[in-house]
Amino acid sequence: MAKIELKNVKKSYGAVDVIKGIDLTIEKGEFMVFVGPSGCGKSTLLRLISGLEEISSGDMLFDNDRVNNVLPSQRGIAMVFQSYALYPHMSVYDNMAFGMKLAKASPEAMKKRVMEAAKLLQIDHLLDRLPKQLSGGQRQRVAIGRAIVRDPRVFLFDEPLSNLDAALRVQTRLEIAKLHHSMTDVTMIYVTHDQVEAMTLADRIAVLRDGRLEQVGSPAELYERPNSIFVAGFIGSPKMNFLTGKFASDHGCATLGIRSEHIDVVEGGLWTGEIVHAEDLGSDNYLFVEVGSDEPMIVRREGKLTMKVGDTVSLSPKAGQLHKFDQNGKPIR
Amino acid sequence: MTASKTAIGRESGLSLQKQRQKAAFWFLAPMLIALFCVAAWPLLRTVWFSLTDTSLNNLYGGKWIGFDNYLRVQTLSNGTVRYKGTLVDPAWWNAVWNTVRFSVASVVCETILGLIVALVLNAEFKGRGFVRAAILIPWAIPTIVSAKMWAWMLNDQYGILNDMALNLGLISSKIAWTANSDTAMYAVLMVDIWKTTPFMALLCLAGLQMVPRDIYEAAKIDGINPVKVFFKITLPLIRPALMVAVIFRMLDALRIFDLIYVLTPNSASTKTMSVISRENLIEFDKFAYGSAQSTLLFAILAIFVSLYIWLGKVDLSGEGGK
Repeated sequence: MAKIELKNVKKSYGAVDVIKGIDLTIEKGEFMVFVGPSGCGKSTLLRLISGLEEISSGDMLFDNDRVNNVLPSQRGIAMVFQSYALYPHMSVYDNMAFGMKLAKASPEAMKKRVMEAAKLLQIDHLLDRLPKQLSGGQRQRVAIGRAIVRDPRVFLFDEPLSNLDAALRVQTRLEIAKLHHSMTDVTMIYVTHDQVEAMTLADRIAVLRDGRLEQVGSPAELYERPNSIFVAGFIGSPKMNFLTGKFASDHGCATLGIRSEHIDVVEGGLWTGEIVHAEDLGSDNYLFVEVGSDEPMIVRREGKLTMKVGDTVSLSPKAGQLHKFDQNGKPIR
Repeated sequence: MTASKTAIGRESGLSLQKQRQKAAFWFLAPMLIALFCVAAWPLLRTVWFSLTDTSLNNLYGGKWIGFDNYLRVQTLSNGTVRYKGTLVDPAWWNAVWNTVRFSVASVVCETILGLIVALVLNAEFKGRGFVRAAILIPWAIPTIVSAKMWAWMLNDQYGILNDMALNLGLISSKIAWTANSDTAMYAVLMVDIWKTTPFMALLCLAGLQMVPRDIYEAAKIDGINPVKVFFKITLPLIRPALMVAVIFRMLDALRIFDLIYVLTPNSASTKTMSVISRENLIEFDKFAYGSAQSTLLFAILAIFVSLYIWLGKVDLSGEGGK
């Protein structure tokens, strides 16, 4: 377990600033997710914490000890890579035991540790196989197993689910969540560009944009009280509806935001328009309504789709669910 | 890839699989014909010549004499039994030994040096592209040119290497590197290693670049020291590429001719199988005898390569594990 503090951490490659000064504290045993669009610096930030990259300025503290110049292997971390990064010529067992073997651990201790991790991840029947004989999901579990065997203070995940198909992604996500619950004293940091992963796994989410922290908070906090238009648009699926021009000025703001599930279809509502597209997901349905704003307004309704394209509907926001933003994209509260 | 396809798929009577095979055959045919003309036919002719008494001035008048060029028993009038032919020719076995010695030494050195160079070139540094191109220069120079160049540098009277070594006090008197039978092989080896290490380096580099960077990072986090990373991770992963590179070089080295012919002509201490068979074929007018030696050279090469592929489990199919 470790508490990780970043103090004005910066990273630049030549003239390009990738991380532009980040202050962040990650508590012991916390599951922190870094999320943001590609190129926002989230993976770089993870690599800085791992020690695979050196920070250009600022301080990094693990349990109050400065680790700026500590080797990755001395930081008490384990990392799970997007590409799994398994050693292709070694069996699953050797992959998991490799670090311990070279650290001259006793064979019994090694075996015990590997077996424990393998059982936890239900890969104990695969130990003799080579990585190429495994499916993507199994490989990723081996990679996680290798990380567990290291018995780390901090677990780092670099987009671990990106190479898996949709079904496996959900399943592996669940396993990572279970892992977090069973290893309560281990700090976990997880990088993803997928806000659904962020919302479902995180204790807290750090939204990054252009090498800066946009907002840090619990999933509910980010969802309900986004600190900027960027966060409001990034968190939540479907995306929050944004209205500008007269729609916004009527409510005394530059941009008006409303989530799709916070709009009711009513008689004589605030906005009226024609349904230009509809999606039926079974449990709920989405209406795309042309109300005269830049993009069609998305309305989420429960149950089966009852309206059809071409119908005209009248919409009204639920009370107290409007997000108002000023010219700079900051919320007006 | 059907050969003929009309606007509306005409039923040709052949299954798709058959059509594909037919098309493949026609695509391969020119290649097979070319290979037969430039490889199989000369080889078969050589084997044929080796079983006759053909001479250079009467190429088509050779008579079949069986395996006499390889080995024949002569019983002299006084009753002594004498064995003749290539297989009991000390000059031939000297050439075989020279070739094997040269091949093993040069390929081992080139592989090790090539790997070291490749590891350096695989690292990120400024001007890497330029260095990669520059290092190929020895390989790009025609062997005749580089052999001549080195012959001058190694010259016992005017050679720059003797001059430098003398001035540095490494040697007490000038050495005739290429003429002296003790040093001739070293001179040949040195030039060959100089020339071919870049080629090896490039093949190794191609192998190294196939190793994903993530694996090195995982090893870094596992805290494995770089030397162990090399022997436990890098080397096993580039082994397939390395094995293929070695076999290429070995084939080249076993039939070396030009460098030795130019650098150390007529030196018994460097004469290889190719050199001695050419000597017999052309200079000594023992055309059939030379053909027998060429055939043996081919046989030795074939046996060696088969053994290597079999023992080394070299994967030439390109379907190796990811």
